[in-house]
Amino acid sequence: MKILVCISNVPDTTTKIKFADGNTSIDTAGIQWVINPWDELSLTRALELKDDQANGVKSVTVAHVGPASSEPTIRKALAIGADDAIRINASASDAYYTAFQLAEVIRKEGFDMIICGIESSDFNGSAVGGMVAEFLGIPSVSSVSGIRFEGGSPLLTREIDGGRETVKVTAPFVAIVQKGIAKEPRIASMRGIMTARTKPVKVYEPVAADSLTTVAGFEKPAPRAACRYIDPENPAQLIDLLQNEAKVI
Amino acid sequence: MSVLVYTENWDGLFKKQSFELVSYASAVAGMMNTKVTALSIGKVDAEELGKLGNWGAEKIINAVSDELTVFDSQAYTGIIADIARAEGSKVIIFSNNISGKALAPRLSVRLKAGIGAGVSKLPLSIEPFTVYKRTYSGNAFAHLVINSDVKILTLAQNSFDLTEKPTGAVPETINVSIDSSPVRTVVTDRVQQTGKILLTDAEIVVSGGRGMKSPDNWGPLVELASLLNAATACSRPVSDEGWRPHEEHTGQTGKMIAPNLYIAVGISGATQHLAGVSSSKYIVAINNDKDAPIFEAAQYGIVGDALKILPKLVDAVKGLKK
Repeated sequence: MKILVCISNVPDTTTKIKFADGNTSIDTAGIQWVINPWDELSLTRALELKDDQANGVKSVTVAHVGPASSEPTIRKALAIGADDAIRINASASDAYYTAFQLAEVIRKEGFDMIICGIESSDFNGSAVGGMVAEFLGIPSVSSVSGIRFEGGSPLLTREIDGGRETVKVTAPFVAIVQKGIAKEPRIASMRGIMTARTKPVKVYEPVAADSLTTVAGFEKPAPRAACRYIDPENPAQLIDLLQNEAKVI
Repeated sequence: MSVLVYTENWDGLFKKQSFELVSYASAVAGMMNTKVTALSIGKVDAEELGKLGNWGAEKIINAVSDELTVFDSQAYTGIIADIARAEGSKVIIFSNNISGKALAPRLSVRLKAGIGAGVSKLPLSIEPFTVYKRTYSGNAFAHLVINSDVKILTLAQNSFDLTEKPTGAVPETINVSIDSSPVRTVVTDRVQQTGKILLTDAEIVVSGGRGMKSPDNWGPLVELASLLNAATACSRPVSDEGWRPHEEHTGQTGKMIAPNLYIAVGISGATQHLAGVSSSKYIVAINNDKDAPIFEAAQYGIVGDALKILPKLVDAVKGLKK
């Protein structure tokens, strides 16, 4: 079994977001780029599955749509333990375009299990994984919180409202994963960092594809009113305010 | 032309969020001078279906198939695509919940329709079609222009008020074929919680963090939640420690919630936590550190020992009920 993990690079969660070009883009100066948290957990789980030889995972590849400047993110994934990487040399202009590029490469390279994080922490679109599956005409299983092997074939746990199901699908398929997939992201070891430099990164040029959406502008969330403090000796006042002022209880 | 809204049902029943979704679809249809068709997949009885007409659905379709016994994103997408084409739908609306996130992207590709995911307001304009959507985990909102002929929106939960608009629409049930997208998902096991308010449905959530000090201290928090008809939640360190179940973890990598009231007890409010709860209408913070970032997000705050304050809140709420 060959596993592909799709990775996006996003500003570190604690980044203070600033706008540029008349609020039509994000000011990237000083931004620390990291692997999207869900993608990092996906990669971790893929590597754990490969570690257990009984599962028969031959390789774990990462794929990324982005310009050469996103190479450090790819090297980080290789340092964590991915065997090789694919970079599609294009700017990920929207989900449809990005998924189209990924699907094209997956068709050429062939993978059995494709893992995508539920969303990227920058655009919060929750779209690429499902789109890749649809472009390829293969099954997708969403809200996956666990992947394991039983008798050589993968079993997925997916969250449903107020519960969970165990699901089997025929490969190839796309697993769209979320909380629970791995406990902690795997950290790159010194040896991993050294070997990452020489691991292969295959670069594909993009194929012609449409973007269906464009960002006309950004705005900051409306500021919240200042916090109103209640005397800790009289917490009953809070209940009164929630009932009579906010009217939420 | 129409606006199509996918109203998920849970074992044949709708929830408040289903009606919010129809209200939203009806308002979008109003902006476009067109009508709303509501689609539900899987058997729902006529009385329950009729409820969708109270909120502006002018046409109500229940698509049923004997072959559909599990949720399969390809098969469901096939049904929705066929009905969207038959109805000439220009805008298709889902909830931004588990099933909406599973179906909207597949449908997007099948209909070549751009997605506005997690919208929390009516479109800012119809021409060009511009929506207001959350980005950067709530730290920025984008004005997203959808350029395709057909558009797909997923509506953030608890972001649109119910608006009564009775239409008297008579539901129709149709048998659908899923030959073109056969079911390829096999469910081998299912575990379902019962009798508990689901975190993602709750209008009030009481959440505990490390400031609760020990899993043994949760009694008054759970009691407060039960008195308020609220769900319980927790921060990431609490679920990582195993003090509370993982299902309760709210935050960027846990559940994203948007209740009317979020009471954060002993939670400092790290960026990752706030990313999951900042869409709440009201946030109450109870923390002994007056500089904790949670107070910046909160409208009401109490600086003090959570373990001493909780029992007093329980008493105050009991007082209300008398």
